[in-house]
Amino acid sequence: MKTLNVVLQASLLALALTLVSSAQAASGGGHVEHAGVNARDVASVQRGAKIFMNYCLSCHSASYMRYNRLADDLSLNEDLVMQNLVFSDAKIGDTMDIAMQAAQSEKWFGKTPPDLSLVARSRGVDWLFTYMKTFYQDENGGWNNLALPNAAMPHVLWQLQGIQKPVYTTHGDAEVIDHLTLATPGLLSPEEYDETARDLVTFLDYLSEPAKLKRKNIGIWVMLFLSVFAFLAYLLKAEFWRDVH
Amino acid sequence: MGKPASTMSKKAGAFMNWVDERLPVTKFYNDHLAKYYAPKNFNFWYYMGSLALMILVMQILTGIFLTMHYKPSAELAFASVEYIMRDVEWGWLIRYMHSTGASFFFIVVYLHMFRALLYGSHRKPRELLWILGMLIYLTLMAEAFMGYVLPWGQMSYWGAQVIINLFGAIPAIGEPLTEWIRGDYFISDATLNRFFALHVIALPLALLALVVLHLAALHETGSNNPDGIEIKKNKDADGIPLDGIPFHPYYTVKDIFGVSMFLLIFAFIIFFWPEAGGLFLEHDNFVPANPLVTPEHIKPVWYFTPFYAILKAVPDKLMGVMLMGVSVMILFFVPWLDRSPVKSIRYRPLRFKLMLALFAFAFVRLGMLGMAEGTPSQTIEMRIWTFVYFAFFILLYFLSPKERTKPVPDRVTH
Repeated sequence: MKTLNVVLQASLLALALTLVSSAQAASGGGHVEHAGVNARDVASVQRGAKIFMNYCLSCHSASYMRYNRLADDLSLNEDLVMQNLVFSDAKIGDTMDIAMQAAQSEKWFGKTPPDLSLVARSRGVDWLFTYMKTFYQDENGGWNNLALPNAAMPHVLWQLQGIQKPVYTTHGDAEVIDHLTLATPGLLSPEEYDETARDLVTFLDYLSEPAKLKRKNIGIWVMLFLSVFAFLAYLLKAEFWRDVH
Repeated sequence: MGKPASTMSKKAGAFMNWVDERLPVTKFYNDHLAKYYAPKNFNFWYYMGSLALMILVMQILTGIFLTMHYKPSAELAFASVEYIMRDVEWGWLIRYMHSTGASFFFIVVYLHMFRALLYGSHRKPRELLWILGMLIYLTLMAEAFMGYVLPWGQMSYWGAQVIINLFGAIPAIGEPLTEWIRGDYFISDATLNRFFALHVIALPLALLALVVLHLAALHETGSNNPDGIEIKKNKDADGIPLDGIPFHPYYTVKDIFGVSMFLLIFAFIIFFWPEAGGLFLEHDNFVPANPLVTPEHIKPVWYFTPFYAILKAVPDKLMGVMLMGVSVMILFFVPWLDRSPVKSIRYRPLRFKLMLALFAFAFVRLGMLGMAEGTPSQTIEMRIWTFVYFAFFILLYFLSPKERTKPVPDRVTH
């Protein structure tokens, strides 16, 4: 019994640690803003697609995504897509590749801009939303970002958002950024820019898994069918088992 | 208009006789279904075996279709998985069934194993049944590990790197052994190709063979039950166990109900939550494998993390690897470590219930800690739960023979 007591006491200690560490985990957490995107909001995906084609697809590829898939999923006419969304000499069945060579872009940016097909699945939509909102101009006039410090990417949407500058606070000995302030307003109001960033992230969310639109719709029917099936299976089982009980 | 029913059944009967004289189909059907008697008091825990079998079949079927489109090459693997997800008709569904199936295989198998601990299903005369089950579990771990490498994402690559390097801790032969496993000096196309071969042919064959043996051993001894008593001790004049009921139709219809409830949960994950918050499909695995960029936080998939936590709890690499190995291998000896006069938890003292609860909690908590970043307080916690994990087996061996048990009934209860 002595050994059992030791194990019990050890377990209690570990349980206490478990509680402490889960409390720490709950109180911690980064500065990621909730994006609140819904990939099934087709209008938002369409607006986001336009932003993506205009601002992102010259440096970033989305090489697992085909233009005609976009047309199908967003109920757009293929000609419309070719006229309004395709700015390269790509054909409608092509994937969203870019002309820029990886070696060149590495020289220009220090890093080849990553393919964005799956970025919403690897980074998460909230992170992307925060990233698009927290670009700022540092003292040297260069672009930096709160979500991805020393990001190689310049703020491509700066004309829309305007220019943010950091406001510092002292934290112990170190100077850290407290928040960002809009130094030069852009073409859009902060609310409008939020919507634009949200549309873009919604599109990226769709882009990362185009099947998502269909998946949830089918899922509801599958769940309904299985509920009926489970109910019938239960009745069948109950009928057979009447002679056992 | 067909022929009258009686003529039809006469003809069918004659046909079955013809077959049975050449292949014992009816005998097999009777021995394993219609006249195979199972205890009538199975509860929730007894759904897991049939569910595991169903998942195995599902993994093989979905796997066949994935193999038609997947490319086992370091250049093409990642893109071919995305091709399946985007361009193959219903490819996303087949892939999600396979990826979710892998995790659910482990959920079901862990519950199945826990059931054995609850009701003493591994005890005499079912020791071999348990050992065959453990061999299935080990094979399943290898199968899952190699399957996880195939999408060739960052976590596939670096997870494989970490796990294969564990063999490097073995003195003298460690380094050459890891090279032999990889087929290269680092994880590469050669590694991916051989893992593909093992994942789609070698290990599934081994799994199927072991499952057949597991079922053969089960049908030899007959199932245990929540009361932990042998139904074969009480038979009627015809030699049929009084507490037994034919597996078919009683347990076939019951298992169909179990399957439908399982599929409800399973379909919910597939259609509404396929990544399971990064547990079933890890976020980093949506980035193509890059040998030059190490992810910030490398961890195996959730079903390995309890053992991974035991590895991390030990500061010395070799000792950690050994302790991790022991933590799995010790399960083989459970039928001999548990020496209680009774099998089922229903008739065992509170002390055993407490020990088993702590053991289960330690396993789950170790699994959570194995995924975590590893702060100093988490390391301390991991060590304590590792201690609790092993203490269970040691205490079981020494305390179980002297247990003050409750009287066990002669016949099964409800």
